[in-house]
Amino acid sequence: MKIDRRVIYLIIALAMILPFFFPMGLPIPATKEVKSVYNYIEGLTSNDVVIISADFDPSVSPELLPMFDAMFRHCLRKGVKVLVTSQMVQGPGLVEPIIHEAAKEYRKTNGVDYAFLGWQYGYSLVVINMMENLKQTYPTDYYGTRTDELPILRRVNNYEDYDLITSITGSSTYMMWLMYAHEPYNVPVACGVTAVSAADVYPYIQSGQFIGMLGGLKGAAEYETLIGEKRMATMGMEAQNWAHIAIILFIIIGNIGYIAIGRKKRGA
Amino acid sequence: MHITSNPWIWIGVFFTFSVLSFLYKDNPFYKLAEHVTVGVSIGYFIVIWWTNTVYPRFIIPVFENHHFILIIPAILGLMMVLRIVPKWSWLSRYAICFTVGGGAGMGIPRSMQTSVLRQLQATMLPLNLSTTAGINNIIIFIGVLAVLIYFFFSKEHKGVFGGAAKLGIWFLMVGFGATFGYTVMARLSLFIGRVLFVLQDFLGIKLAG
Repeated sequence: MKIDRRVIYLIIALAMILPFFFPMGLPIPATKEVKSVYNYIEGLTSNDVVIISADFDPSVSPELLPMFDAMFRHCLRKGVKVLVTSQMVQGPGLVEPIIHEAAKEYRKTNGVDYAFLGWQYGYSLVVINMMENLKQTYPTDYYGTRTDELPILRRVNNYEDYDLITSITGSSTYMMWLMYAHEPYNVPVACGVTAVSAADVYPYIQSGQFIGMLGGLKGAAEYETLIGEKRMATMGMEAQNWAHIAIILFIIIGNIGYIAIGRKKRGA
Repeated sequence: MHITSNPWIWIGVFFTFSVLSFLYKDNPFYKLAEHVTVGVSIGYFIVIWWTNTVYPRFIIPVFENHHFILIIPAILGLMMVLRIVPKWSWLSRYAICFTVGGGAGMGIPRSMQTSVLRQLQATMLPLNLSTTAGINNIIIFIGVLAVLIYFFFSKEHKGVFGGAAKLGIWFLMVGFGATFGYTVMARLSLFIGRVLFVLQDFLGIKLAG
């Protein structure tokens, strides 16, 4: 028996679209890796500084934007100072609307409660320089304001001033932060990665180099659950669950077919 | 339901369906979307690179503040571009030497520390059967050893050594299985992103969180 692959695509598409209209509200329990990032930020105060680096482009934004959204909102709600950077040229454009919306909602001011530093060319060189001299690495913020004029950066300039760095990335950019921020300067580092990369990050969590990780849309949904704000990722998880059920059924049916054909061949 | 009048969202929806049409079969709409994506990405990068890097970090410092030292890296950069001129392409090797030398010097010690030494340290764990953590440590220890044995090709995989190598394959398969599962999840998430875009941004349907 041969099923046209387009029939399978259609079934998967339906399994993913229908749950948006008929949600069942399946629970999204938080895993240890996500909880540890959440708990770490929960333990910070308004004197602490978190760098959230939006190291991604539009191709992975459905997975990573909800992570950025949840983590940024959590920091603003806690009153923790946030510096938003990016190692990918398209990153700032993607996160700017989220920053605006969240800042408006929590009544936070750019340059005082958070700073949007944007993108600088240089990849690992940017990280190395940020550890030594932030204002030299970013002479101006995303909007062209001189960073030495930003109130939030009055007492912040190098690795001693960073309480957590989080790289949200669809590539191996998280390694740069481990190599050039965590290892030489012992700055605590966490990451939010696409589900494709999540399995690669576990060894670095087990070794204690990362304090935690948000893996794929599921990681973002877990974080949303922890902060009590069901937003983009939680909406998507319902569709994700049903698609997984459909795929598992396909795998079972495929294997039953495979075994049955094998038996028939042996019998003939 | 309230369909948006924002033309940018209409364009986004057009390209979303153009890309998805590839699932049916290859067609000119898919090709158009593919080429536009590449063109826009490169164009965007060039504009941002000029306004964020070249203009404020080279043009202004050199021509207004007279920091002429910056001309040296600029010349190295130009030498790199000379690869496209066959007669002068040899000059690009000097710039590449500088980049490779600097990159290796910065990267090798840090990579060793981050990915080798710290990972080795993470396998040196207390082994005991009385706690869950202890049992996990035993599995990690056996797994690392078995996989390393599998990748040791100077001795034939026979007897006890062969058995350990086979165990290594099992550990690798579990790893690949986890990666595959996560990959499926990632691909579905991308589709979910597009569905949400069409339903919320384009059709204006309010979805419950």
